[in-house]
Parts: sequence; structure tokens; C-alpha cells
Amino acid sequence: MSDQNTATPPPKRSFMQSLEVDLRLLGMVGAFLAVCVVFNVLTDGRFLTPRNIFNLTIQTVSVAIMATGMVFVIVTRHIDLSVGALLATCTAVMGMTQTQWLPDMFGFELGHPLIPWITIAVGLFVGAVIGGAQGWLVGYQGIPAFIVTLGGLLVWRNVGWWLTDGATIGPLDQTYVLFGGIGGTLGAFWSWVVGIVATIIALFAMWSARRAKTGHGFPVKPMWAEGLIMGVIAAAILGFVAILNAYTVPTRVVARDPSLFGCEVAEGCVAAYGIPYSVLMLIAVAIVMTVIALRTRLGRYIFATGGNPDAAELSGINTRLLTVKIFAMVGVLSALAGIVASARLGYHTNDIGTLDELRVIAAAVIGGTALSGGIGTIYGAIIGALIMQSLQSGMAMVGVDAPYQNIVVGAVLVLAVWIDIQYRKRVGTK
Amino acid sequence: MTTPLVEMKNVSIAFGGVRAVDNVSIELHAGEVVGLLGHNGAGKSTLIKMLSGAYKMDSGEIWIEGNKVSINSPRDSRDQNIETIYQTLALADNLDAASNLFLGRELTTPFGFVDDSRMEAETRKIMARLNPNFKKLKEPVSALSGGQRQSVAIARAVYFNAKILIMDEPTAALGVHETEMVADLIKELKAQGLGIFLISHDTREMMELCDRVSVMKNGQMVGTERVEDVTEDDILSMIILGKNPKAAA
Repeated sequence: MSDQNTATPPPKRSFMQSLEVDLRLLGMVGAFLAVCVVFNVLTDGRFLTPRNIFNLTIQTVSVAIMATGMVFVIVTRHIDLSVGALLATCTAVMGMTQTQWLPDMFGFELGHPLIPWITIAVGLFVGAVIGGAQGWLVGYQGIPAFIVTLGGLLVWRNVGWWLTDGATIGPLDQTYVLFGGIGGTLGAFWSWVVGIVATIIALFAMWSARRAKTGHGFPVKPMWAEGLIMGVIAAAILGFVAILNAYTVPTRVVARDPSLFGCEVAEGCVAAYGIPYSVLMLIAVAIVMTVIALRTRLGRYIFATGGNPDAAELSGINTRLLTVKIFAMVGVLSALAGIVASARLGYHTNDIGTLDELRVIAAAVIGGTALSGGIGTIYGAIIGALIMQSLQSGMAMVGVDAPYQNIVVGAVLVLAVWIDIQYRKRVGTK
Repeated sequence: MTTPLVEMKNVSIAFGGVRAVDNVSIELHAGEVVGLLGHNGAGKSTLIKMLSGAYKMDSGEIWIEGNKVSINSPRDSRDQNIETIYQTLALADNLDAASNLFLGRELTTPFGFVDDSRMEAETRKIMARLNPNFKKLKEPVSALSGGQRQSVAIARAVYFNAKILIMDEPTAALGVHETEMVADLIKELKAQGLGIFLISHDTREMMELCDRVSVMKNGQMVGTERVEDVTEDDILSMIILGKNPKAAA
């Protein structure tokens, strides 16, 4: 037991090995940047403007939130085709709650400060219950997830229609719509505060992880590599904040009510949007889901079940209950995405979230989640969603017709999975 | 005679009309290795899977150290300090050795998060004892050789201070050297007072390692004999003919 630590000096390692960076992450980020640069050239520099980047992020949020949950579903070898329809039912419930049920049945006046929060709680609860029920059918009754959620796709899309009599519901509560994007942002000062705090937390987390490793006598990467990665992360966070802060509120908007932007008069008043609340929500979801995946028993069991369901069961893991939990999580995330989607529109419409299930699955898969189970990352799914949205917005800006856009997105989906398979073959992992 | 560590009394299980295990009784004492022999499909694995909680028996009783227990799930079995090494190893291929070793029993930090560093350190310790050549701690177990995978599965059973160990063909995938290591380990664990059920097709190995052997055929128990009292030929004829030559004599 004495010589368990490597006594021999570690073999010489290449630059990339020293960094210990996931090459697939690097590949995805590279692909995303390539898409951005190509469109930037094609649009004569209109793609990589603060304004377009701002729009890109708020357009991605809804799909990205659901994609983080889809990762867990696909990792456990299931699929969820119902997320878009589930989103519609949740927004229908939330729309009705805030505009009719609360005011009519419980006597809340429109604009009452509790309305948005009760609405959101109701929406998340409905998402959890529907998702959990679908999970119960899959886990305990043994119906394939494909069938349960294909049924769900038809059922929930039209339950939403039934609840609203097919009508568009709105306008929605003033506080509620702040979660939509451009209407609710932090402003320059608080964006910087968030950015700096996030940077400090990220660097501290990396440093304490390194200390925990050395505490057990495990090998760690060289100091320069650690420093370089810390530098890149800090630059990425602060750079992102700087870009969002560089998108200033148009003067005619400021002119409507200068006091909102901290100015006395509209003249010479410059205000920045900063980080939208919806993007903050996505970041929070991403952190929570990543912690679940990597640092909790729940996450460990999700990946173990995906890798070998029999082994998981023989290890005493309740895989049936696990399935219920995963689908309930997706339900909650669909409701959360529904908040963002309906708040962005300002209305609940019948067709909200249509085809989102396919975008969400594609985002997860482009992000490296394997349909054979056991493999997938949260950050991958978010980058996947970003790539999809960039392609679509970019093509729209270039003036590609909608049918051609779909042809390209479909081809990219297949291509991305093919590249991933080739990569895994080469490095010899499944 | 002391109370047996494990007593399975008249257990039966059927799968859609096939009586996979039919009214079988078997017992195991502390510090004893009992071998289970028989053709494929004789019911050996099925019998021990009822003890390990993978299958639920239709009828019969299980007694552990003189207490009647009910084992309905793998977790119940683990709660009785029964550990199992399955023929298929039951490893999650996409996870590393430490995650597999602690699967279902993760070490956690005071905040309830999984403590990967501590699990890895513990894994290094036990691997240094079981298989000093084992170095691939960071890689998913799918990247390991058959012998290395086997040692992960064995480490998982040994780490948690089992009283009763079930080994379903633990050497089937191993080379000569590794097989010897497993044999030494079985002797060591036996000396520590564990009771071990061993399943194997290798009659000679069984004669060497076991104190008693039980032979099954078509879901029924043919007989149980002390290895000193029988020859290898006796055992083979029990396996093939399904009759106990000593009982007949």
C-alpha cells in the first residue's frame, strides 16, 4: 500500500494533454465560432455585433433550458418527444392563471404583485406533475418512452388548446414578461457585478478542486496550464458581459421614459441592456444541472443506468423511480422554458413551442449526447442549442429561404453526429 | 453444530412454467467455501440470484445467522452483508473504477455531494492490495482489460466487509496468473471467516478451493458432499447423471 502514488516522474506530455481540456468541448466551441465567423463575413459584419449576439442569446434560452434536461433523458436511453407540447400546456396554464383564474376566481386585481409568482409556481408544478406522470408510465409500466411521449406530443399540444379554447392569451403580467429577454435586463452596472462575482467563484472553484486533488496526492496539471485555463475562463465571462453591455438601448426607447435608465433627460443619455434575466436563468439552470450530473448521487445513478441498466439495478439503484425523477425534471424545465418563451412574445399562443422537441433533441445530440446512452454533457447541449440558433438566425440574415434553412439544419445535425462517431472511433471510446 | 451463516430452505422459482429452481435447500457456514456445480441451465446462478436479491423466490425461506429474512431487492441483500460478483460483472462501462466500486453506496461530503477524491483514494488503496498493476483509475472501465474489470468487480465485493460472498464464475475471463490471484484471495477471505458460495465449471479448481460441493441438475439438488469424501469422477457423474453415487451405494 506504500507505493500507490506514482513514484516515477510523469511521462512528457504534449501541450494539449497538459491542459487536460476536453477535446470534444474544444471542437464544439470551434464549430460554433466557425459558424459565427462565416456568417459574419457573409453579412458584412452584421452577425457579430453586440445587438445580434444579444438577440442570439435570448433566442437560444428556451431551447437550451429544455436541452439540459433532455441530456439526462437521452443518457438513460430514453427520449422525450413531448417537450414542445408540454411547454404549450404549461404556458396555457400560466396564461390562464394570470389573466383569468387568479383575477376571476380569487379576486386578484390585474397587476397584483403576487400574480407572476403564483403563476410561475403553478406552471412549474404542472410541468413536474405531467413529466412525472409520463416518467411513471415509462419506468413503472414499462411503456417505451418513445410511445409515451409521442402520445404526450398529441395530448399536451391539444390540452393547451382546450384550456384556452384555442384563443391567444394576453397581454401577460408586466412582471412576468420581464423573463422574456429584451424587456428585462440587469443594466450595465449589475451586469458587471454579476460578471465579476461569477469570475471570482469560477476561479475559486478551480483552485479548491486543485487543492483537493493535491490533498489526496493525485497528480495535477502544471501551474502554467491551470493559470492559462483560468485566464481563458475569466476572459470568456467578462468578455460576454462586455459584449452584452455594449448593446445600448436605442435613443427613441430611452426618450420614452429616461428615468427608467437613470437619466433626467433623454438628451445624451446612454444606457446598456446588459445581461437579460432569461440568460441568467439559463446560466443558473446550467450550473444546477451540471452539479446534479457530476456531484450528486442522482447524477451518478443517471449515468450508471445509461451505461448499464442491469448493473445499476443490481447495485441497488431504483431505476424506475429514477426514470420518474428524470421526466419530472424535464417537465419542470419545459415549464421554465415556457415562461421565457411566452414572456418573450408577451402572449400565450396555440402554436408556441411547436417543433421545439426536435430542436431540443437536436441540440442535445449536436452537443455530443449519445442516443445509445451513458454519455452526454450539459454544456454540450447548450452549445448545441447555440449552434442551431446561430445557423438559423445567420441564414435568415443572409436571406436564405426558410425551406433551405431547414435543409441545412437537418444536414448539420446528421453531420455533427457522424463527426462525433468518427472522433470516438479514433480515440477508442464508445 | 453451530448456526449456519446462510440457510436456504426449500426455495423454488419458476419462469413461465419452467421450474428453474425446484425445492432446493443449501447451507453455508462461516469460514467455509461451498461450490455449486452443474451444467448450464442447472439452476446454480438462479439459486444464488435469489440470495443476492436479483430474483424474488416463489416459495421457501432464507435464514441468515439464525434469523429469517426476506430479500426482495439487491439492496436487502447488501443490508445482510451479502456481496455478489456476477458472471457479467455488472459494471457501468461508461464510469471509472471508483464510481463503479462505490455505485449505490457513494461516499459523500458533509454537503451531500459525491466525494470523488476520497472514493478515488480508497479505490487506490484496495487496488494496491488486490491488483498492484492496476493504474487506469481515471478511465471508463470499458477501456480496461478483462482481468482489470474483474478486479474492479471483486474490489467492489471485498471493500464493504461482506460476511457472505457470492462469486459467479469469477475466473471465467481470466488468465492463469490472475486466476491464481483470485484463488489466493478466496483462501484469504475464507481465513478471515467469510462464507463463500462459488460457482464454476472447473471441477479441479472446485476440489481445491471448496470445503463442500453441491451439484445441481435441472433445477434440483443432486447432492452435497465434502470434497474429502468424493473423487473428481464422483462429482462428474453427479453432474452428468444427476445421481449421487454415494447415496446409491
